[in-house]
Amino acid sequence: MTRSLRLTATAVGFVAALVFGILLLIAIGAPPFEALGLIVEGSVGSLSKLSVTLLAWSPLILAAAGLVVTFAAGLWNIGVEGQVIVGAIAASWVARSIPGPVWAVVPATIVAGAIGGALWALLAGVLKTHGHVHEIFGGLGLDFVAAGFATYLVIGPWKRAGVASTSGTDIFREEAWMPEFEAFGVSWPVLPVLLGVASVIVVWLLLRGTLFGLKLKAVGSNTYSSYLRGIPTNRYLLGAFAIGGALAGVAGTVQVTAFHHKLVPAISGGYGFLAILVVLLAGFSAVAIAPIAFFFVAISVGSTQLDLRLGIDSAFGGVLQGVIVLFVLLAGGWAAKYGSNTLTPRKEP
Amino acid sequence: MEATFNSIIAAAAPLIIASMGETITEKSGVINLSLEGSIRLSAMTAFAVAFWVGHALVGFVAAALVGAAIAAIIAYSSIGLKLNQIAVGFVLTLLAIDLASFLGDSFVGERGPRVPPLPIPFLSDIPFFGKVFFDQDLVVYFSFLTIAATWWFFYRTRPGLNIQGIGERPAAAFARGVNVNKLRFWYTVLGGAMVGIAGAAYSLDVKLGWRETLTLNLGWIALAMVIFGGWHPLRVALGAYMFGALQVLAFQLQDVFPGVSQVLPVAPFPLMILALVFVYSDWFSKLGDRFPRMRNLLGSEAPAGLGQVFERE
Repeated sequence: MTRSLRLTATAVGFVAALVFGILLLIAIGAPPFEALGLIVEGSVGSLSKLSVTLLAWSPLILAAAGLVVTFAAGLWNIGVEGQVIVGAIAASWVARSIPGPVWAVVPATIVAGAIGGALWALLAGVLKTHGHVHEIFGGLGLDFVAAGFATYLVIGPWKRAGVASTSGTDIFREEAWMPEFEAFGVSWPVLPVLLGVASVIVVWLLLRGTLFGLKLKAVGSNTYSSYLRGIPTNRYLLGAFAIGGALAGVAGTVQVTAFHHKLVPAISGGYGFLAILVVLLAGFSAVAIAPIAFFFVAISVGSTQLDLRLGIDSAFGGVLQGVIVLFVLLAGGWAAKYGSNTLTPRKEP
Repeated sequence: MEATFNSIIAAAAPLIIASMGETITEKSGVINLSLEGSIRLSAMTAFAVAFWVGHALVGFVAAALVGAAIAAIIAYSSIGLKLNQIAVGFVLTLLAIDLASFLGDSFVGERGPRVPPLPIPFLSDIPFFGKVFFDQDLVVYFSFLTIAATWWFFYRTRPGLNIQGIGERPAAAFARGVNVNKLRFWYTVLGGAMVGIAGAAYSLDVKLGWRETLTLNLGWIALAMVIFGGWHPLRVALGAYMFGALQVLAFQLQDVFPGVSQVLPVAPFPLMILALVFVYSDWFSKLGDRFPRMRNLLGSEAPAGLGQVFERE
């Protein structure tokens, strides 16, 4: 399929999804253009809102960059949600228990998050390579276990003095917060954004310019023949899990040390699953995830306004994101089927 | 004791119906990953429609249509457009979950119609078994029917042999004159309709009403149940009843250990992982060699063509 055809299909999918969203709003009796306007205004309408959106963008691209690696290895890392959560738990543990100045504690929380996420991903990986449990089910099971563990910590061992409430643990001391930078009267999440952008660049380089990346893609496209060619496939699969999990874990760190400043039960914010949608829409390309993730997170952040201002359930944002990905996938399928006569093999895990 | 078994059989009914539907779909070679979303959206739709019309049966029909429609999207996009089934299924999962929350917002807390209890005369008078199996309602009897019918269909009929053919060796089935892709499409839709009915069973029978947490992630459990059951209807059913027993047991333990309620929604998932590790363990996979006559029941291999697109050369 030619590049222009693919772009046309994507555009058609987007427009169709937007039309679907508008019709849906009309169907429930909401003013469609006011609602869409609120989403835009609520996400990029002012510098302070842009700052909030960027803060949400960072964990999303971190998780998505990790998924690009696992997808390259042909893995459906649905466990990404749990890896974000365990990263957040590990970072919270460091933030709560290790004293010290900001320049020591913050890097320690990032490393802890990465290790936590990587270990949780390796668990799903070992279940696959040694237990024959498909990574979708292993990962999904571990997602729920991680979520349950976070809830347990919040209402149990890490509960606020006196009250056990699901609203979260005590706020961390300020030395454990990722520093913010003031400019134009707004504080900007510079460190989270740098981490996110760096993760995209590193993953792009890893898959484009290293032998590891090349072999990983070989394992992803045909595990058995790679095995016959002498690539230790299990080691490569586990490596992909570890890298993907580490980046997801850093996303969890950002959630606790830059956004909530405490551990809450729904700490992942659903960014793990949302990152899967982002990567599917990006066609598994590392470069494309940054703008798409920004667009998606703008929808998520903006649609919280719908609840406040119009009384529309904020799940509308999720509906819109899902419909966009579905329609773009379908449009791509149509374009490939009816649009060109040449049969070009399309890359998918 | 009778009452406990009675409630286990009732609690497992939606899971049975959903996992039988998915077994049929996967046996034909297609994965419908959207179960979690399908069940939620169809549970919501069933409640909304039954609430408007005032009759539970109409809700079941609407739910079956929703489940069938989602399955049709997956079948068309994978068979017709050669898109990745897992990708489309996953997107539809998230989409249907959010759609259910969005559209169902105004129905939370409402009371709607329900499926009336229907003890079967004479049969329900049998000591113990009558009370356990035949003092139920139509949804539960339907769940019995799906087990028996799926088993009969797979192993005792010609179309059932064909469904195994298109799932295992689509090229060979095609060579014998079976229209692989057409059958796969309709078995996926049929399975999806059953998943939809399972959703309706939650909101109109087992739990009554609509709220986001109503179906407790049982779509994922149903998908895992098909693997645990080795794509054999009877073993899938056994798994679902064991799961129902654990649910009822956990519910009764709540009085003894109050803390259990926090762990309850999560508990199935480590169990799910362990169960899958168990059926793929060396020990279990060798059981089939020890009892060759039960190989169908003891095998854990997925249909060989599962998830792969069939193209005639």
